[in-house]
Amino acid sequence: MSCGQTILDYGLRSIGIGEKLLPRTEFDFCTQVTLIGSGLIWNLYFGFFALLFGFFLANALAMAKASDSAWIRKPAEWFIFVFRGSPLFIQFFLAYQLFVLLPRSGIEIFGITIATSWLTKAWAGALIVLILNTTAYSAEIFYGALQTVPKGDLEAADAYGLTGWKKFRRVVWPTMMRLAWPSYTNEAIFLFHATTLVFFASFPAFAQQGDALYYGNYFADKTFNPFVAYPIVAVYFILLTLLLTSLFGLVNRRLNRHLPGAARRVRYRPQLIR
Amino acid sequence: MFEYCADPKSLEGLTWLSCYLTSGTHMQFYASFGTVLLLLAITAPIALLFGFGGALAARSHVAPLRWFGKIYTSMVRGVPDIVFFMFVPIALDQLFEYLRSRVYCDTSVPVRQGSDFVVCAAAKLPRATSPEWVHDSYGMFLAVLAFSVVFGAFAANVLYGAMNSVPRAQLETAEAYGMTRRQMNRRILIPQMWVYAVPGLSNLWMILIKATPLLFLLGIEDIVYWARQLGASKTQAFAYPHPDWRLYYFLAILIFYLLMTAISERVLRRISRRLSLGQATMAGEAMRKAGA
Repeated sequence: MSCGQTILDYGLRSIGIGEKLLPRTEFDFCTQVTLIGSGLIWNLYFGFFALLFGFFLANALAMAKASDSAWIRKPAEWFIFVFRGSPLFIQFFLAYQLFVLLPRSGIEIFGITIATSWLTKAWAGALIVLILNTTAYSAEIFYGALQTVPKGDLEAADAYGLTGWKKFRRVVWPTMMRLAWPSYTNEAIFLFHATTLVFFASFPAFAQQGDALYYGNYFADKTFNPFVAYPIVAVYFILLTLLLTSLFGLVNRRLNRHLPGAARRVRYRPQLIR
Repeated sequence: MFEYCADPKSLEGLTWLSCYLTSGTHMQFYASFGTVLLLLAITAPIALLFGFGGALAARSHVAPLRWFGKIYTSMVRGVPDIVFFMFVPIALDQLFEYLRSRVYCDTSVPVRQGSDFVVCAAAKLPRATSPEWVHDSYGMFLAVLAFSVVFGAFAANVLYGAMNSVPRAQLETAEAYGMTRRQMNRRILIPQMWVYAVPGLSNLWMILIKATPLLFLLGIEDIVYWARQLGASKTQAFAYPHPDWRLYYFLAILIFYLLMTAISERVLRRISRRLSLGQATMAGEAMRKAGA
């Protein structure tokens, strides 16, 4: 089988397009690269949507944690503590068990039946866990940045007569983002790395449609040779990390555009993992 | 455990629960918390040692050693740690068996035959004749090694950064006093670097705690394994039948981890305060002013 044919057959295997069965006898290099690459679609899906939703929720949560009212602050602190203090792996297990226990026929609220079975599927259930998890980590980063917004900036805003929402929108929030961005870049990278856990923590891979590590593990099991499949996974993730770093670097440049020379290169520091 | 537990089917309420929670399998579940703590206790110092070696190697003047150190410190940067946890145990296992097969087996037989990894019986690890506990502890040994290698790389990263943060002036002073590179490392660099390393190492400890459930992926009978076993619904054929209770078991584990991280956070904050004392850093300066 030529490599081109393999790519046609398995290139989109992870989302159910192409061959039904996984290769059973032929494990040449091309097959492994193709199938693991197709698994990466899931990692991108989880990472992208978790970041997207998590970003907005984290902003809200950081504001809640900085709130003066204990009624708002305490729940936010607890949420952050629970999700940052426990392993993501356990969170996946817990969430899955919770979703399984929901009645299969759906929950009836005011006469409308809300289906629940989709929650036990990885695409939804695992995504929810990842969103909540990254929300907690990012909120802590944003909160930390909010605390270090320079006093001078706030005084300048006051001097210009900016108050309330306008002050927040024009001065506080952009500065907070600027300060938080290097750490947030790290968080984003680790979120993408954490997506590899999904199919190893309860959530079943429907019809063997899994992520990059799922297929890497499949090949390592079948060939008894970890020295090919795992390095392929590793190379994919190194490329993904480089891509993320450069994308976030662009945003960082934009956030710091009014401060010539301040846009330091975002240094990648493994400070936050689950 | 208790005497009234002889016939669990006749029990009800709290007595049933007290018998249920002290059954033999539950005792193994509780013991597996010990496994987690044991892993932490063994891995942390070894990883620190690996990290120390890696960081020193990365600063070395000998080029091959420096390259090795640099690769080791940067290998965890772009690749998910789970990949390493999957890769390292099998890779090490095969490496050991390969090395043994070169000694004990016919070396003309290739180890890789198609999709198989074959070594003769004499080279197998652990030996087929070994008792059960050897098999178990070999698995644990590989797991500890995998954790140490991965966290050693993280620690090397932190320590390398910390060594670079020690003020240059201090090292130059040491040079001016005529210390050799070795003396400089031992007397100035290593004692001074800890205060810069503590935030990173604290973070690493938290990460290590939160990485311990991954033991389950390495086939160790850890808390996740037992929670799944014990929580799964039990039919009437079992002594203690119950529906699917895995949710509660995982809740218990979650609380265990929350306690671990909360306690660690407090202890680490104390250590960092202690180490900041008298240091030329912001925290140290603040403490000096508060004391004066």
